[in-house]
Amino acid sequence: MKIHEYQAKEILRKYGVVTPRGIPCFSVDEAVSAAEQLGGSIWVVKAQIHAGGRGKGGGVKLARSKDEVRQTAGEILGMQLVTHQTGPEGQKVRRLLVEEGADIKKEYYVAALTDRATQKVAMMASSEGGMDIEEVAHNTPEKIIKVFVDPLVGLTDAQATELANGIGVPAASLPQAVDTFKKLYTCYMDTDASLAEINPLILEGNGNIKALDAKFNFDSNALYRHPDIVEMRDLDEEDADEIEASKFDLAYISLDGNIGCLVNGAGLAMATMDTIKLFGAEPANFLDVGGGATTEKVTEAFKIMLKNPKVKGILVNIFGGIMRCDTIATGVVAAAREVHLSVPLVVRMKGTNEDIGKKILVESGLPIISADTMADAATKIVAAVK
Amino acid sequence: MSILINKDTKVITQGITGKTGQFHTEKCIEYANGKNCFVAGVNPKKAGEKIFDVPIFASVKEAAADTGATVSVIYVPPPGAAAAIWEACEADLDLAICITEGIPVRDMLEVRNKMKAKVAAGGKETLLLGPNCPGLITPDEIKIGIMPGHIHKKGRIGVVSRSGTLTYEAVAQLTEIGLGQSSAVGIGGDPIIGIKHIDVMRMFNDDPDTDAVIMIGEIGGPDEAEAAMWCKENMKKPIVGFIAGVTAPAGKRMGHAGALISGGADTADAKLAIMEECGFTVTRNPSEMAKLLKAML
Repeated sequence: MKIHEYQAKEILRKYGVVTPRGIPCFSVDEAVSAAEQLGGSIWVVKAQIHAGGRGKGGGVKLARSKDEVRQTAGEILGMQLVTHQTGPEGQKVRRLLVEEGADIKKEYYVAALTDRATQKVAMMASSEGGMDIEEVAHNTPEKIIKVFVDPLVGLTDAQATELANGIGVPAASLPQAVDTFKKLYTCYMDTDASLAEINPLILEGNGNIKALDAKFNFDSNALYRHPDIVEMRDLDEEDADEIEASKFDLAYISLDGNIGCLVNGAGLAMATMDTIKLFGAEPANFLDVGGGATTEKVTEAFKIMLKNPKVKGILVNIFGGIMRCDTIATGVVAAAREVHLSVPLVVRMKGTNEDIGKKILVESGLPIISADTMADAATKIVAAVK
Repeated sequence: MSILINKDTKVITQGITGKTGQFHTEKCIEYANGKNCFVAGVNPKKAGEKIFDVPIFASVKEAAADTGATVSVIYVPPPGAAAAIWEACEADLDLAICITEGIPVRDMLEVRNKMKAKVAAGGKETLLLGPNCPGLITPDEIKIGIMPGHIHKKGRIGVVSRSGTLTYEAVAQLTEIGLGQSSAVGIGGDPIIGIKHIDVMRMFNDDPDTDAVIMIGEIGGPDEAEAAMWCKENMKKPIVGFIAGVTAPAGKRMGHAGALISGGADTADAKLAIMEECGFTVTRNPSEMAKLLKAML
């Protein structure tokens, strides 16, 4: 689960990390009164969407007067902000963060994430703050300093100092940087984050260290123990169909192709998508119905896939293990009837009671095309939509 | 022979009284020598009772002491699953197989580091398979986990995969063309797991009853590449490789918590390329995994 920048900063402040003072706003008037409340003579108006790259897309602007705050807030609120992470259609801006200006002397990068290879928490820092870290990793990997933290020990002073020295924090600000890194680590662990990133972390003219921008992702398996974080979820930032699917315990992700696919198991679902592409078409979605491909779940899955106007055909690929193929076939037939399916449907079933399942499909009288292998199924659905 | 388990393995079921635990324990007992293999269950509140004629103990330690079991299978729900793994480890079992899906990553990080610290301090190593995995099977001998037993056939091909249904797919293809399996192992779809591809490849390489291997991976993480590099130097047996997720977009979690492209080296294309360089016969068509393997024998 993702959250907004202003929410990420609220969490960081709870752990003692210093951020600029700022106020989240939902309207232009709120933005202006936020600037008044903050005082000073320079403000930053920042679009709050979940995607990164907001600055380059025109979603972050400086304002030097209240009038400018009003003007920029008006421009940014409601705009379709396009960044390299939003896709070409962009994301509508519904919330703003108005912050006091900062005196940036130097920009750094720091993040905590789980490292799969070492099974430790990786703390990464770089002197190249404010940039896309993947670019830094690609072009100048030597500018990224990493330490691996044993969760049973925590980030040690020595490790935090290694990071701070590695990215060239001046001696006077070193203790504050070390303190910030340790707080970030604690915050990462306590909140069950899967990513906690401060980019940029700035050094101000007076030597202070501040988190100028922040991004968190949370482990969805652990949300049950963080009701306060769940409350920060912003459904406007998520795909409506993916939310709908999750209500029925379906893992759904919409893609750009025209073949809908419904599969049990994440690995098999990806393999099915790959096979569709291999045989000349593109999948319209990833959809894992999980272990229980019941009539209700299959019906909901059909409804969600068919909401996508690009879908010209559906491929169902089920490996009937514990769940028998005859049960699945009954579910598919009932679902196809309920949604009055009008696009070609290819069903490939494998496993327990495969023959009975196939017979149920044939006897339904519905124009369901049966297939033996994934390749056969992909060939047939690609031919059917052409 | 086989890897990790055989007909003489004695198994404790943690979470035997829950709905999932009961359902699958019954199926495991029915499979091959299962009746003699599944010797104990654990539930502190039901110690002294029996389920499917299997005695229930208050702890893994007691169950192991009383029955001589060396392996456990875990169906405990996510909030208590990491603690269940640690209990198996503290009881000095050889192997814990965690089927549970949805365990918080932090819990897995902590328990994995505790397990490693125990070994570093001279304690006995308990291997962990999973979590979020289907388990493993040595056909006609023993099945520990949730895979459908009847699609398997005893034979000499090893199968290893992160994904459950993709393991079944490979197994069914092999069985269909007359090739049996020595063991089929699902290592799990989570980012933090116990036994990885490289460990299973090592075991298959050392197993005199395995002639060739199908290794299936997914997008996300460095494990398949690591296994491929090891195989290049050490593996003496032919391997067919497949990676699911060529069509998966970056930054989106494809069902499995571990199936998420994060950098550039963990895409399906990158992994397929490394596996090919390391001498695997790779395919982009998952329907022909078994056929390709047969041609190499």
